[in-house]
Amino acid sequence: MPVEPAVTRPRLPAEAAERPVLEIDGIWKKFGEHDVLTDVSLSVQRGQTVCILGPSGSGKSTLLRCVNWLERPDHGHIYLSGQRIGFRPVTDLPMSQAELAQIRARVGMVFQHFNLWPHLTVLGNLIEAPIYVQRRPRDEVVAEAEALLDKIDLREKRDVYPARLSGGQKQRVAIARALAMRPSVLLFDEATSALDPELVGEVLAVMEELAQDGMTMVVVTHEMGFARDAADEIVFLDHGRVVEVAPPDKFFETPKTERARQFLQRYASAPRAGLARRRG
Amino acid sequence: MMHEFAIVWAHKDRLLVGFGNTVVLSLLATAAALTLASPIAIALMSHRRPVRALARGLVDGMRCIPFLLLAYIVYYALPTLAIRLDNWTAGLCALVIYNAAYMAEILRGAWASLPREHVEAGLAFGFSGLKLYRRIILPPIVLACMPVLGNQMIQIIKDSAFLTIIAVPELTHEASAIQSTYYVPFAAFISAVLLYWVLCRLVEISVGAVERRARARR
Repeated sequence: MPVEPAVTRPRLPAEAAERPVLEIDGIWKKFGEHDVLTDVSLSVQRGQTVCILGPSGSGKSTLLRCVNWLERPDHGHIYLSGQRIGFRPVTDLPMSQAELAQIRARVGMVFQHFNLWPHLTVLGNLIEAPIYVQRRPRDEVVAEAEALLDKIDLREKRDVYPARLSGGQKQRVAIARALAMRPSVLLFDEATSALDPELVGEVLAVMEELAQDGMTMVVVTHEMGFARDAADEIVFLDHGRVVEVAPPDKFFETPKTERARQFLQRYASAPRAGLARRRG
Repeated sequence: MMHEFAIVWAHKDRLLVGFGNTVVLSLLATAAALTLASPIAIALMSHRRPVRALARGLVDGMRCIPFLLLAYIVYYALPTLAIRLDNWTAGLCALVIYNAAYMAEILRGAWASLPREHVEAGLAFGFSGLKLYRRIILPPIVLACMPVLGNQMIQIIKDSAFLTIIAVPELTHEASAIQSTYYVPFAAFISAVLLYWVLCRLVEISVGAVERRARARR
């Protein structure tokens, strides 16, 4: 007689299993009278890297900040693995801060200016949220954090405070901090924009490795080389609207819209600068 | 003159008991005032106007009352409202309430100048409410305002001398008792001054050590 396994994993309906990790559905956002996002929709499948490109002020960062509710969209829905962000299921009432915090803990965020906590060491930055937010065992979290430091080649900086790190090192630590949360999706908000040119490559290398490892990522970037090489899909935003969505080869070789063509022409002189630096 | 100091030396046990009480009183008052200052600082930074106004009223009120008067009120006036505290408890309460208001204002100032990005990172990583305050906001603001908090602790030590008027057996009270018994005011009070100076220097040295550690994080 066949023996039933002690624990069986519940089967997800086919639809739920294929549902995107992140779905943004018709997001609108205004700051005062200024429309920052207008009816923006996109979806990100598990393991996909989606790069959001666009000129400064096109709403890229605001879109990213709406995903984890650092900015509250005026209209529209955002779903993380099928769960609506910001509102409770059934009742549709706004989530409490504690409920929002639970959702945010599943969305990793890498900021333009690193935003490392200055009172904690590198290791402290990595283990703080997994221990105090996710309530995971300290030994397990420290071991995982050390493995992440190995991965980003910063093990020797374990007990150093962020103030003693270079910009590139800070951003690599910020990426490791986000990974330590085992996020469903990782958001990068212009992660290389605040770095000296010679430090950009080391951060892009880590990001590209993550993309190859199958991490689900949404990357707001001005690094065209990275977008071309690492993205599965390019979303081009202008004046808060999605102007074009295309695979990178199509977007960079044969953009469909005049606005995207104009945008790319400005980068044509040094389109792969970031990757060239990295590989050099 | 030396004879006067010899009399004080002969009663050094009494002076040291007073010194010990001042140390205990100051440490307890500092710890309790800092603890109480946190919720007041949170209220001062609240988005809710009534909460903010209430906290502001408390802080401004305390800053406008002479400490001596507050000690009188807590010890002599509260019993008319059926709240009767012994002199130790009344003295400690007065020190805590009075200095918590100052410390709350110090914390609020440091919090207001804390870069928004650090708090935002805390929110993005799932911190909220008290956990956000305790783990992400409080440590850097305490480190940032450590020298000012050190000054406030010195103020607590000096304020504790006022508690002699409600007969708390702290350093000034004991020095005063020695001088009134043997009429050696110069030696008794100078001895007390030296002991206060030692205590305040210890606080300054400790704060300096913490400040050096804080600098490593900047």
